[in-house]
Amino acid sequence: MHSRKTERGSGVAGLVLALTLVIFVAVTVYIFAANVFPMAPSITRVGDWIDSQYNLTLWITGVIFVMAQLGLAWMVFRYRDRGQKARFVHGNNLLEVIWTSATFVLFIAMGAMAVHAWSRVHFVPASSDALQIDVMAEQFTWNFRYAGPDGRFAPTAPENYSDANGNPFGINSNSKDTDDIVSPILEVPVGRQIELNMESKDVIHSFYVRELRIKQDIVPGMDIPIHFTPLKIGTYDIMCAQLCGLGHYQMHSTLHVVSEADFQKWLKQQEAENQQ
Amino acid sequence: MSAHAHPVSHHAAAPQGFIRRYIFSTDHKVIGVQYWLLALAAVSVGMVLSWLFRVHLAWPHAILPGFGGVVKPEQYLELVTMHGTLMIFFVLTVAPQSGFGNYFLPIQIGADDMAFPTLNMMSFWVTFVAFFVLISAFFVPGGAPINGWTSYPPLSAVGAISGPGQGTGETLWVISIAMFCLASLLTALNFIATTIEMRTQGMSLMRMPLTVWAWFVTAIVGLLAFGVLLAACILLLLDRTAGTSFFIPAGLVFNDTQPALNHSGGSPLLWEHLFWFFGHPEVYIAILPSMGVVSTVLSTFSRKPVFGYKAMAYALCAIAFLGFTVWGHHMFVSGMSPYSAIAFSFLTLSIGVPSAIKTFNWLGTLWGGKIQFTSAMLFAIGFVSLFVTGGLSGLFLAQPSVDLPLHDTYFVIAHFHLVMGVAAVFGIFAGTYYWFPKMFGRCMNEKLGKIHFWFTFIGAYMIFMPMHWMGIMGALRRYAQPGGLAFLQHMSPIEHFITIAALITGAAQLLFYWNFFWSLRHGQKAGDNPWHATTLEWAVSSPPPHGNFEQVPHVYRGPYEYSVPGYSEDYIPQHLAPEQVAKAGA
Repeated sequence: MHSRKTERGSGVAGLVLALTLVIFVAVTVYIFAANVFPMAPSITRVGDWIDSQYNLTLWITGVIFVMAQLGLAWMVFRYRDRGQKARFVHGNNLLEVIWTSATFVLFIAMGAMAVHAWSRVHFVPASSDALQIDVMAEQFTWNFRYAGPDGRFAPTAPENYSDANGNPFGINSNSKDTDDIVSPILEVPVGRQIELNMESKDVIHSFYVRELRIKQDIVPGMDIPIHFTPLKIGTYDIMCAQLCGLGHYQMHSTLHVVSEADFQKWLKQQEAENQQ
Repeated sequence: MSAHAHPVSHHAAAPQGFIRRYIFSTDHKVIGVQYWLLALAAVSVGMVLSWLFRVHLAWPHAILPGFGGVVKPEQYLELVTMHGTLMIFFVLTVAPQSGFGNYFLPIQIGADDMAFPTLNMMSFWVTFVAFFVLISAFFVPGGAPINGWTSYPPLSAVGAISGPGQGTGETLWVISIAMFCLASLLTALNFIATTIEMRTQGMSLMRMPLTVWAWFVTAIVGLLAFGVLLAACILLLLDRTAGTSFFIPAGLVFNDTQPALNHSGGSPLLWEHLFWFFGHPEVYIAILPSMGVVSTVLSTFSRKPVFGYKAMAYALCAIAFLGFTVWGHHMFVSGMSPYSAIAFSFLTLSIGVPSAIKTFNWLGTLWGGKIQFTSAMLFAIGFVSLFVTGGLSGLFLAQPSVDLPLHDTYFVIAHFHLVMGVAAVFGIFAGTYYWFPKMFGRCMNEKLGKIHFWFTFIGAYMIFMPMHWMGIMGALRRYAQPGGLAFLQHMSPIEHFITIAALITGAAQLLFYWNFFWSLRHGQKAGDNPWHATTLEWAVSSPPPHGNFEQVPHVYRGPYEYSVPGYSEDYIPQHLAPEQVAKAGA
């Protein structure tokens, strides 16, 4: 027979395990505290609110993480088998009540604070003077449509979809409204509210721009609006975040946030190309 | 009624002949081992698939065997889809619940078998066939499905028009999962009937080991969840093959192909609701049995009663109940009503409370103990650490506004792999090292077991912690390549790190295989009760005889009576009559 020590494991494992947990906690805390791997900077106010809620959550979970992992490390270090007698105890109702109610209050309070940013994304509708842009997602391309000089969108129908003829939105060919601008990139003016009306013609896609802190699935058969106000001029990636087929990873476009003047210039250019 | 006398069935002679004893056996122990081995086969395939796509992600130009060159995007998605499906269904559902549950639930409640042994055998064989139906998807024209384990329509519903992998491969996927659901439903019924009807004298609910509580509660969750997925799979199959439109709306146009498909009126969101009404409880189906195992192992090797036994049992029930009210947190960005997101958010955060109760009580069990670091114990302690780490990232994803940037990124991959994948696997390992002596009469090698633990524990964190950071930086899941996005290309050092960690950790699993199969024949003889444990399976020989008990056992006390003052041994088995227990100094 093996000795009881090798059969049951020696206390050394407890020391090593405690040390491993301490190192793990130290490395993890360092990486988060030093923000070694940061989020892309937010370019909207809503994005800033989401970030502050994210940071609050990081603090709360960080404190719990450190306490729980170090607590575990302490237990395996302190109570490794050194020939002592184990305590005979079945539990403690007061402790159960305390940690149950404490975690409940903490988690629910945290959830309540998260509602604000969400409500600004989804409960508050876009203002009536928001710039309206239609989005048509398809395997594996983004299309954006602006109303053009007349400020109205031309009527569309699925029967008219034709990427080959440059008509991804299916604008009725006999429509008199021919001034809609269709673009493969999303060009928007800084500081103005944008409302996207999003549709898909085939499968589920998802509109994702890291800097906007927006991700929204686009479901065929549904017309899903989303709005945002970009506050920083720049070029940002638009990605598809919902698996849409073999070209999913290639389905991206560009969000150009430009000055109002540059935006008007871009519109004029597009109109001129339309008339050719 | 728990105290009814046992029928004479266990006096019947054990079936003779190899096929009746080991293949088409109705003995719950054989079926338990069959499920366990099926899960081992599935996890082996699933792990190899993950190596292949990890290598592809780190070295996109690498030539891999069997791919006829560089891995193509659709092949990457095949690997990911089959990996997820195998692991979630055929490993995490099969091993801890159907495997260990089948073997030990009847013994731990003092029964001679499951309530419906023939049904039990059928459940296994349906699951077994479902496994091969799934695997066969690799070998059909058009290839394996590429829709991820979630299989969202319309992509998964419209057939080959939406791309490769959408033909026969996807149909086989749906059929396999439907069969799996059917078998799991029957298993759940069996577990519930057995727990309610077949407990031996004295085995009241509050004397059941927490493993039994976990299997029982998980069976109830399975009964309610698998039925919904079964229905959803049938609807999806009809959409694919019979021209119905449950999930397909009107006017879909693929790749300029006119006229549009002849479907109308379906809702892709309906599938998401049905799928996640199953899918979220499925997380608990995977993790609850491991929680039971961990509670038992922590108690045994701390030589202490489980801290807060009743709170642990109630917390299991609370998690199971709340688990059915939180599916919407998978759908915050799906286009469902944003108002319902608030309700789902608070319910999801609430489920953190019973999870915290369990964690506190595990720490309470260790506190003041006399901890013996066996391989089983190391994996159980590792489970607690992983469950804490993986659970806390859930608090981010439970808040819809914070979920917006993190949804569908590697942050989610890290979260669910740690909390339901690796943690549950640690529960399975803890259970295997703990019960192997009972199942096969010999002990596994402790030294190899410990080396296996250290590689797996450190390796798991090295694989999955960096995925949080990739997700925070915006890396999306299910991307075959960076696809020209500069910020994704900059993450290639992290991809390399993760892949190397995954290969090393995966290779270390060979230690486990070796230890398992070597110990079957050459392990140290175990005896009836090598761990000096208290529950009923340790009262019988190793392995237990056909029918489990020579005499119907009587239960006199709770399941975790360790270190009771005034007795000569530091454990008092459940079945010992008070007058049989040796007093200290006697």
